[in-house]
Amino acid sequence: MDGAILPPVGEADGRLADNIVFFARSLRRAGIKIGPGAIADAIDAVTLIGIGDRDAFYAALQCVFVKRHEDQPVFDEAFRLFWRSRGLVEKMIAMMSPLAPERESERQQRRAGETRVSDALLSGHEADRPARDEPEIEVDARFTVSGRELLRRADFAQMSAAEIAEAKRALAALTLPMDRVVTRRFRPSRRQIRIDPRATMRDAMRFGGELILPRFRERRLIQPPLVVLADISGSMSQYTRIFLHFLHALTEERRRVQTFLFGTRLTNVSRQLRNRDPDAAIDDCVAAVKDWSGGTRIGETLHEFNRRWSRRVLGQGAIVLMITDGLERDDVGELEVEIDRLHRSCRRLIWLNPLLRFDGFEARARGVRAMLPHVDEFRAVHNLESIGELVKALSGQGSRDADPRRFLASR
Amino acid sequence: MATESMPQSIEETSALLQAHDYLAGTALATVLFLALRMKRPLFLEGEAGVGKTEIAKVLAKALDRPLIRLQCYEGLDVASAVYEWNYPAQMLEIRLSEASGKVDRKRIESDIFSERFLIRRPVLQAISSEDGRAPVFLIDELDRTDEAFEAFLLEVLSDFQVTIPELGTIRAAEPPIVIITTNRTREIHDALKRRCLYHWVDYPKAAQELEIIRRKVPGCNATLSREIIAYVQRLRTVDLFKNPGVAETIDWATALTELDRLALDPETIADTLGTLLKYQDDIARIDGAEGRKLLAEVKAELLAAG
Repeated sequence: MDGAILPPVGEADGRLADNIVFFARSLRRAGIKIGPGAIADAIDAVTLIGIGDRDAFYAALQCVFVKRHEDQPVFDEAFRLFWRSRGLVEKMIAMMSPLAPERESERQQRRAGETRVSDALLSGHEADRPARDEPEIEVDARFTVSGRELLRRADFAQMSAAEIAEAKRALAALTLPMDRVVTRRFRPSRRQIRIDPRATMRDAMRFGGELILPRFRERRLIQPPLVVLADISGSMSQYTRIFLHFLHALTEERRRVQTFLFGTRLTNVSRQLRNRDPDAAIDDCVAAVKDWSGGTRIGETLHEFNRRWSRRVLGQGAIVLMITDGLERDDVGELEVEIDRLHRSCRRLIWLNPLLRFDGFEARARGVRAMLPHVDEFRAVHNLESIGELVKALSGQGSRDADPRRFLASR
Repeated sequence: MATESMPQSIEETSALLQAHDYLAGTALATVLFLALRMKRPLFLEGEAGVGKTEIAKVLAKALDRPLIRLQCYEGLDVASAVYEWNYPAQMLEIRLSEASGKVDRKRIESDIFSERFLIRRPVLQAISSEDGRAPVFLIDELDRTDEAFEAFLLEVLSDFQVTIPELGTIRAAEPPIVIITTNRTREIHDALKRRCLYHWVDYPKAAQELEIIRRKVPGCNATLSREIIAYVQRLRTVDLFKNPGVAETIDWATALTELDRLALDPETIADTLGTLLKYQDDIARIDGAEGRKLLAEVKAELLAAG
């Protein structure tokens, strides 16, 4: 079923090799990406270190299977579950084979407090399992400890073919301000500024070295990385669908787009949006985000972004696009500190506010006043109905309209 | 074959590193041993200053191999990473052969595109080892380059060969020991990681860090170093923007030793905090009441432990 090509293993190792294969399959189900080559590597590695020390065995499997630090906890939990209880191994082997009868003892063996890993390990067979007592939950709106964090799932209408075409067309017109950075790479050029010695020599060989005509090159320009921080709180909910589709199209169009959604917590949906099909991508996003249309804690989520992500995604002259109404529910002190740090760690910070419905906007809200001094550009959309309008608002060089100081002065 | 000097077990790997003052946990020793045996590149990820680069240096010394280092930066290209032709010398060669009356075009071409005019950059050096002893090839801070160079590395790391259009393909007689480090300022593509063995280098535990200080800063007295480690370990649990790495701990211990301090006190910490923390926000925080509280806790803890 996985098409893994395995090296022949000795009679004595057969059982262990089997277990490693099953372990790898379980990891794959738990969401760790594992290629068929990795399984062969793992068997190789374990054979090399020899069985004996559990720590060494753990380290050997880990260095082959874990390729991202984020996967570490999942691997740890899976390792603990898989290589300790024999019962679970048997169970999983039974489950992997489609013909195996459902075991009655399965549910009793599941301990309380098993993590999402074990859930993931069993996920494929949810359908076979007797239905649990829990009722089907469509909207899971419970208040957690913070009292204000509303966890919800969202449901967006799918995108029609016409809409997709329209989005693509609109995006072609998108030119972000300062959207070109000079790289240290070169390309051939006709402008006689910089000589390309290699091309010159190669060319000279065509004439046997009699004639050496200079060739030229120039620095290549590329688009810098784009990091999008989009607000999905209740006040923004009616625009969220347009944003997500815009972001999906953008991710397809440009290289190096990282997308984060925030309400009361921060979720990185870059990988989800990279799914080629827009509807599948949006569904993945919906599944990943736990706080749709809840409250807003801009300061706190920015703090998390700055701490955990800024150094990983803001390199190489990144542009940050922030989509939010700036209505902060919490204390604005933290927001001010964090937006200041964000501003200082990126090349350009663009704030897009979709909630400006009238022209005589004044920055009254405390959150807005805290953020304005720290953004490079403040763009507004007065009536957001389509991706086209979004593109129009974002395009073009920074004019006086986009200067954030304009809004601060008018008070 | 130079495999005689290669460690034959995890314990030997660990001992080898320890002999050169590098303390590795079981996980790191295992991964390193496997990388050597399976001849796979080792991909080390972790915060700045936890000793990723040091591993390569120590390994080169311990195995008595040359160390070839490729420091990555944005826009690193083939000309500065792999090879370049020596253009002025080529130009001169053409003029010389003209002067001597040679006109055979083929001859001149094969003359000026010969190894004589090839400037070897780190990647090519690592692949074409002279005496049959594969070097340790350190690709440092890979996350600083762009995706284009990463894609190029795929060929090098899977086949250990480089293709020069004018000259042909150069293949490594024995694959080099490749160590790649990154600070995670950017995600490295899965395709590259797949070819490597992955290890996350974490901050060391207290006992291990104490031993590191004992080895690296011999002048530091026992009480002071215990206080330093306890303080630093506790500092890492505080929500700082940048946690101090092992390198910073060593710097701090050296600084305090140079200042002839025998124990930590708030003033000394305030004066030398710059060696430990590198962000103004963090320094301002620890300089104040929070730092004093931290120190009091550390002292109490050490007192209780005896």
